[in-house]
Amino acid sequence: MAADTDNTTWVVACAVDDIDEEDVLRFDHEGASYAVYRLAKGFHASDGWCTHEQAHLADGFVVNGEIECPLHQGRFDIVSGKPLSPPVCVKLKTYPVRVDGRSVLIGLPAAGAIDAAKGAT
Amino acid sequence: MKTAERGAMVIVGAGQCGARTAQALRDNGWEGDITLLGNEGLAPYDRPPLSKGVLLGQKTVTQCALYDDAFYRDNRIDLRVDAQVAAIDRVERRVVLGEGRSVSYRRLLIATGAQPRRLPVPGATLAGVHVLRSVPDALSIVGELAPGQRIAVVGAGFIGLEVAATAIARGCEVVVIEAASRALMRAVPEIVAGYLVERHRQMGVEVRFAVQVDQVLGSTRVSGLRLSDGATLECDAVVVGIGVTPRTALAEAAGIDVADGIAVDDTLRTNDPYIFAAGDVCSFPHRLFRRRIRLECWKNAEDHARVVARNMLEYGETYSAVPWFWSDQFDMTIQIAGMPAFGTTSVVRETGSASKVFFALDGDGILVGASGVGQASEISREVRIAQELIARRARVEPAVLADRSAKLKSLLTAEAL
Repeated sequence: MAADTDNTTWVVACAVDDIDEEDVLRFDHEGASYAVYRLAKGFHASDGWCTHEQAHLADGFVVNGEIECPLHQGRFDIVSGKPLSPPVCVKLKTYPVRVDGRSVLIGLPAAGAIDAAKGAT
Repeated sequence: MKTAERGAMVIVGAGQCGARTAQALRDNGWEGDITLLGNEGLAPYDRPPLSKGVLLGQKTVTQCALYDDAFYRDNRIDLRVDAQVAAIDRVERRVVLGEGRSVSYRRLLIATGAQPRRLPVPGATLAGVHVLRSVPDALSIVGELAPGQRIAVVGAGFIGLEVAATAIARGCEVVVIEAASRALMRAVPEIVAGYLVERHRQMGVEVRFAVQVDQVLGSTRVSGLRLSDGATLECDAVVVGIGVTPRTALAEAAGIDVADGIAVDDTLRTNDPYIFAAGDVCSFPHRLFRRRIRLECWKNAEDHARVVARNMLEYGETYSAVPWFWSDQFDMTIQIAGMPAFGTTSVVRETGSASKVFFALDGDGILVGASGVGQASEISREVRIAQELIARRARVEPAVLADRSAKLKSLLTAEAL
């Protein structure tokens, strides 16, 4: 789990009870939007916006470990982000998730470090 | 079918349905030849963006391609984009092409789609009068949508309304002419159509009902329309969206049964056991609605492709997907599940300040359709769950459907018992 240490920031997205099983919740953080899923076997997270057109996946439908976009019913595999059904054809970015007590945390790239480096002239 | 099985899987029609079937044949393990015969001069492409992204100039034709060249090469799909199919020889099981050439088939899929109806009036072939089905159609319309141009749209169906929404966004003056008393007559309840038309009017589209086009005016190019109420509508271009007819000529000439499209059974097979039809071109008996239907939409082409590919491989699967359709106009979306027109009772659920979903129940109280209009985020869940309930032929209490606080998803669990 080395990848989790240096370049990942863990952010509390919601509480465990905020999401029903087989459902999805929107989480906005620092100008970006994510979708947090609860499946029978645990929590997952991905980018919030569909890779096809402008629709938020948290408005979509969770079925059999897949998220179906609310606009055109394209489907992604929730765990891998792989596009499964047209019209979606671009992979959905996924993020690691861990549960700490009653909180669901998602692991985001530590962009702050990059920004700081950019600004350090 | 004991005779030696040889020849390729041959698909006539290289649109959405044909191309997806080719892919699905490979996905299902077919390793023999696949021949995909198109006549549009272009590799298969996605049609929905033609009335929206392409007309708005936000999407290029290249971006609409379903697959890149490598896909056809890697999957050994013999794609021919300029094929002229002259006939189907059912005795020899071959498709006759021009110049004495032919392709033998093991199974044949006819996925020739549908063609737009033209106005049956004088002047209908003048320059500046368009239909919208293909990439060349879309590109010729793009050239007309300059700011200030007066665009007449004939037909307040989905294509007409989507073109109207796009043309207004490009700064055109837009008038929609519809012969019926309201928009979207075949597709959705009057109240859904009215809601959408109201939005069009707010955005500056003029919509006129119960009036027909008697003549297209102009000498070499359209200059206006003479209408059945005696009025003359001046315009710079016309887009006609008055429906489509299935392209059945090839099948009819070969003696294949036709009934509002090529008549197939619930496995999408025609009366010839070696020949299938799918997509817009076919009518099929739907077990959920207990009648023969024909659908003209992207999702149906997509869903048919997956099933027909398996049945060409003799899986014998019944097609029973619940119809599902969308249309995006301005910031609104319409979604339709099932067949709202088959309902006898309608129940409305207010799902948001500017969003509603209508449920259609048949005489036995079984949910047969749902149509939502408004924000996708406020209607899609209800329509999606309705789609599941329709698939189960569920009887749902109208009061539950109307109650916004009643969670529809819980009905799925109850129904699953």
